[in-house]
Amino acid sequence: MSIRHALLALLSEGPKYGLQLREEFEAGTGEVWPLNVGQVYTTLQRLERDGLVESDDATEVSPQKGFRITSRGAEELAGWLRTPPDLSSPPRDELVMKVLVALRVPGVNVHEVIQVHRRYLVELMQQWTRLKEDEAEYDLSLALVVDAELFRLDSVIRWLDSADGRLKRAAADRATETTAAPAPQPAPAPLPKLRRRAGVRR
Amino acid sequence: MSMLELQGVTKVYGEGDTVVNALSGLDLKVEPGAMVAVMGPSGSGKSTLLTIAGSLEEPTKGEVLIDGAPLSRMSRNGKARLRRRSIGYVFQDFNLLPGLTAVENVALPLELDGISGRRARAAGKRALDDLGLSERADRFPDQLSGGERQRVAIARAVVGDRRLLLADEPSGALDSVNGEAVMRLVHEACKRGVAAVVVTHDAQLASWADRVVFLRDGHIVDQTAPQAGPESLLSTPGQSQ
Repeated sequence: MSIRHALLALLSEGPKYGLQLREEFEAGTGEVWPLNVGQVYTTLQRLERDGLVESDDATEVSPQKGFRITSRGAEELAGWLRTPPDLSSPPRDELVMKVLVALRVPGVNVHEVIQVHRRYLVELMQQWTRLKEDEAEYDLSLALVVDAELFRLDSVIRWLDSADGRLKRAAADRATETTAAPAPQPAPAPLPKLRRRAGVRR
Repeated sequence: MSMLELQGVTKVYGEGDTVVNALSGLDLKVEPGAMVAVMGPSGSGKSTLLTIAGSLEEPTKGEVLIDGAPLSRMSRNGKARLRRRSIGYVFQDFNLLPGLTAVENVALPLELDGISGRRARAAGKRALDDLGLSERADRFPDQLSGGERQRVAIARAVVGDRRLLLADEPSGALDSVNGEAVMRLVHEACKRGVAAVVVTHDAQLASWADRVVFLRDGHIVDQTAPQAGPESLLSTPGQSQ
């Protein structure tokens, strides 16, 4: 979350005080992202230093000091809104790593590991849904924030479901190959594939 | 007393080499006013669980109790009466009768149960009003949007004195906003004391439930813990940035 650009967005509506910016930031994000007033003033000072906002006067920062966006600030905000976040390189996801590691550790049932994480994520989703049920019907910002979190968690659960199914199919295929073979064969090793996949994430 | 209780329910299809154990010794209790979601992959036994809970199919072994009454001791007519009076079904594809208007569809189970047409229609109208469909009562299903058709299906499932609602992927192919609206309606019904079982593979739908049980190969392998309040989310340090 870029506090810098969120403050520019709030200032694009008109001049505001620091405390007012904090209150509007929290209200605008459904109060899911608390922001302390120190962060607001530090960010405002940097924005002023960079010529993206200007203040009433040059005196010390105080609750009565008003800020307004400059034309450079407005350009910066417009550019940021249209710049896609960097999603091009796959993250080194901790959950993905745990599942890959579970495949290698003797005595660990990877499906049980997957279920532990699936249950935890569904429990988290239940809490977000309660929040939406209680509050979000009347608070559009909160509804949007909660939806974003629900879709994010949902996508992780879908990956777990897909991994679960893929691993079951792979085990079934190996069992079929072993049964069909005329003589005992060494178990096919999936390690090179796993190494390659893990390597992509580095 | 539980509204729905499954005791050691097993369902086996086929025999010999083609035998399939759809459910294996499954226990489940659903209290009045509770919503339970059943999640699991295709073939895990979700739909079989629902049809057995709704007395549409008999278990190979085990017992199903609706409001304390064991289904195995009920006559065929008794089960049919129970289905008409106490159990509401919501299916993925709505299953509305195309030749009947919305209100006629909703009133149908009451009329089949011997209630006069006038009273049944009045009850159907009230159920549609509750779901914000009073203006659509006289439309035919093909004159309604997907979301409206599913709301009519839910009105039909809760009309009268239904106390158990069984839903199989109730948001069907609806978009997420309409899917959420459907789950809000099911949740509202639960607040009025209806017990609901929602079968789904969709975690967003399941997250509306008080309890989520996970089904694998005919067994319940896990379930969610009682929930912490949503306030715990707001105090998580990781959410502050």
